[in-house]
Amino acid sequence: MAHAATLAHDDVMQPPPDAEVGAGVYNEKLGMWVFLLSEIMFFTALIGSYLILRVAHPSSWKPPGVVLNVPITATNTFLLICSSVTMVKAFASAQAGAQKAMRWWLVATVVIGAGFVGVQIYEYWHLLEKGFTPSEGLYGSTFYTMTGFHGFHVTVGVLCMMFVTWKAFRGKYSATDHRGIEVIGLYWHFVDLVWIILFTIVYLI
Amino acid sequence: MASTALPLTHGDTHAHPAHADDRTFLRKYVFSTDHKIIGIQFLIMSLVFLLLGGVLAMVMRWQLGFPGRAMPGGGVLPETMAPGGIVLPEFYNSLVTMHGTFMVFFAIMPLLVGVFGNYLIPLKIGAHDMAFPRINMASFWIAVPAGILMLAGFFVEGGHAAAGWTSYAPLSENSEYSGVSTGQIIWCVSLIVLGLSSILGSFNYITTIVNMRAPGMGWFRLPLSIWSLFVTAILVLLAMPVLSGAIIMLLFDQTLGTHFFNPALGGQPLLWQHLFWFFGHPEVYILILPAMGMASDIIANGSRKPIFGYTSMVYAILGIAVLGWGVWGHHMFMSGMNPTLGGSFMISTLLISVPSAIKVFNWLGTMWEGNIRFHVPMLHAVAFVAMFVIGGLSGVFMASTPVDIYIHDTYFIVAHLHYVLFGGSLFAIFAAITYWYPKMFGRLMSPRWGYVHFFLTFVFYNLVFFPMHRLGLGGHMRRIYDPTQYEFLRPLQPINVLISISAFLLFASQLIFAVNFIASWFTGKKAGPNPWEDNGLEWTLPSPPPHGNWDVIPTVYRGPYEYSSPLVEEDFLPQTRKLDAGATPASPHAAH
Repeated sequence: MAHAATLAHDDVMQPPPDAEVGAGVYNEKLGMWVFLLSEIMFFTALIGSYLILRVAHPSSWKPPGVVLNVPITATNTFLLICSSVTMVKAFASAQAGAQKAMRWWLVATVVIGAGFVGVQIYEYWHLLEKGFTPSEGLYGSTFYTMTGFHGFHVTVGVLCMMFVTWKAFRGKYSATDHRGIEVIGLYWHFVDLVWIILFTIVYLI
Repeated sequence: MASTALPLTHGDTHAHPAHADDRTFLRKYVFSTDHKIIGIQFLIMSLVFLLLGGVLAMVMRWQLGFPGRAMPGGGVLPETMAPGGIVLPEFYNSLVTMHGTFMVFFAIMPLLVGVFGNYLIPLKIGAHDMAFPRINMASFWIAVPAGILMLAGFFVEGGHAAAGWTSYAPLSENSEYSGVSTGQIIWCVSLIVLGLSSILGSFNYITTIVNMRAPGMGWFRLPLSIWSLFVTAILVLLAMPVLSGAIIMLLFDQTLGTHFFNPALGGQPLLWQHLFWFFGHPEVYILILPAMGMASDIIANGSRKPIFGYTSMVYAILGIAVLGWGVWGHHMFMSGMNPTLGGSFMISTLLISVPSAIKVFNWLGTMWEGNIRFHVPMLHAVAFVAMFVIGGLSGVFMASTPVDIYIHDTYFIVAHLHYVLFGGSLFAIFAAITYWYPKMFGRLMSPRWGYVHFFLTFVFYNLVFFPMHRLGLGGHMRRIYDPTQYEFLRPLQPINVLISISAFLLFASQLIFAVNFIASWFTGKKAGPNPWEDNGLEWTLPSPPPHGNWDVIPTVYRGPYEYSSPLVEEDFLPQTRKLDAGATPASPHAAH
């Protein structure tokens, strides 16, 4: 209560003012953290199945670099990490009230994220042309399912980010309220982190 | 304390305080973001599916009681299901599968989590609405197409999914084995969509309970219904995506030609079982924890005593939830599992009986020497305790690997799971519906027909499911189409006839509830704000509460179970009522 009374009531980046002490963050941020726990379990199901299948049946897999093009995907990984940096820059600019910088860092994140998806589509197209399909043994099954669902998450992230960017250009975010940018940023960093794990276990080992 | 009186200005995701309601009909009742309306929408949807699941069970019971005879009224079914009213074996397999699927995913789970999670959480913690009302609305409107899709599966070529509600691979993934292709794909897609709905609902509940409790509503002043819904939401949040992942792999095996569960190309059929039950066992607790929580609220109210051992109740809920992640292997004792691993799953499973027993003894302790009011919800709640004990004890039989080897996949299992899911969850759901019905609709359900429904249900329920233990011990297989085909089951057939006749009467008794539910909506006695003389926050509001619930968020001074308190004249003490130290008992309607 004392805590609630000392809060400025228009500070939306803080927990609800009229509530018992909760998580200490505002609802949207807490909600995203909780949602990401769910996403962790989803990817754990896919990645765990992959590891079990691979350990039980290693002969279905080819050595790294034989089927999959590691240099292109390594570059793509670098791109995705860069997009996390631009995301952080957008958030920092929003905090500082630098509207113009915030907007253009968001645009950069959207462009790089879309670029990642584009490279992944290009990669799929080439692999399918070479005859490496989802029915190509356990290798193809796990590869397309895991990278496909990651790509789906990136695509959803890009679409949400486009919405946030559109709102940013309409001046909806300020130094005191930029919840949308922080929340989509959490999601974006999570998707990025999943990719680093996937890149390691699918392409490098 | 001054801050509580300030009007809400926090963010745009909050509902506005109660005021003259100028929303259109569509926004108010169809695409509503009000948690109370969404809860009622879930209630209607899941009661329809409950009825449908019951109809499927009746068809099964006809076939088991009177195999090979034309079912009365069965002529309306198409040739592909029951030519001349005689159920085909393929259709029987679909019935088994879809009865389980509808009851688990579209009836019991939404009844507990979707209905009462939505309806009770904001009201009982003192919030204007959920943290994310629009996501809440989306969660309902995603569940509806999932249900319609699941229904549509009956009408596709090859019939509906027929591999059991557990859809074990490779039976479920190869249409050559089951004869079903489209139906199984529909089953997969529908459950993936429903999973998304559940996840959207659960992170909303968690955020709301963590962040939006009214001032004074500390964690250990939460009603046990809210504690159990909170823990259930965590289980849904973490278990549902595992099921989604598994079903996605199954769907890809069926449609894209992947090989996750196909042993011919290195896939692992057992992987499906592990993934399914890694979800499936927490799911079992998803289906019982909210029932336990709401029964706790109702038993304390009906006993006019504080709940016995509140803190141990909370820790028992948490204990069940944590242990529930480490027991999934007890569904797989017969899968060729390493006996040592089987032994550890046996021990972890038996450990769960400790927190479960704590809860049962606490309910008994609550009722002990209470001024018990046997209103209809209380009767259902007490029946819940009794039936849960039977279901829990038969669970101990199965958890023991040596016994399970003998009784696995028999009617003993069917008896056990129905004692927990019907005797446990559904009795608690009847208790909860009759208890919160006046808050939802402003009118009481008819107590006379409530008593009739309760007693008939209780008697016929036990006549249906108790003899199934005997069938199971006699070796009656679980998903069998025609038991009279087997010499050794023929002497047991009279039990099957008894069960079937009782099942028809049990189903007929539910129609009393349906009529009472609908008729009371229009003709029931006006309830007033607090018909049960309960302490919870929701009972300080008019019935039904207005949009936004409170003008000013209430302040909470105590836990929810202060019945028969010596501090006041009445035998209940609402959570919001402020007592001045040393003052004489205030009138019950004094402002806090």
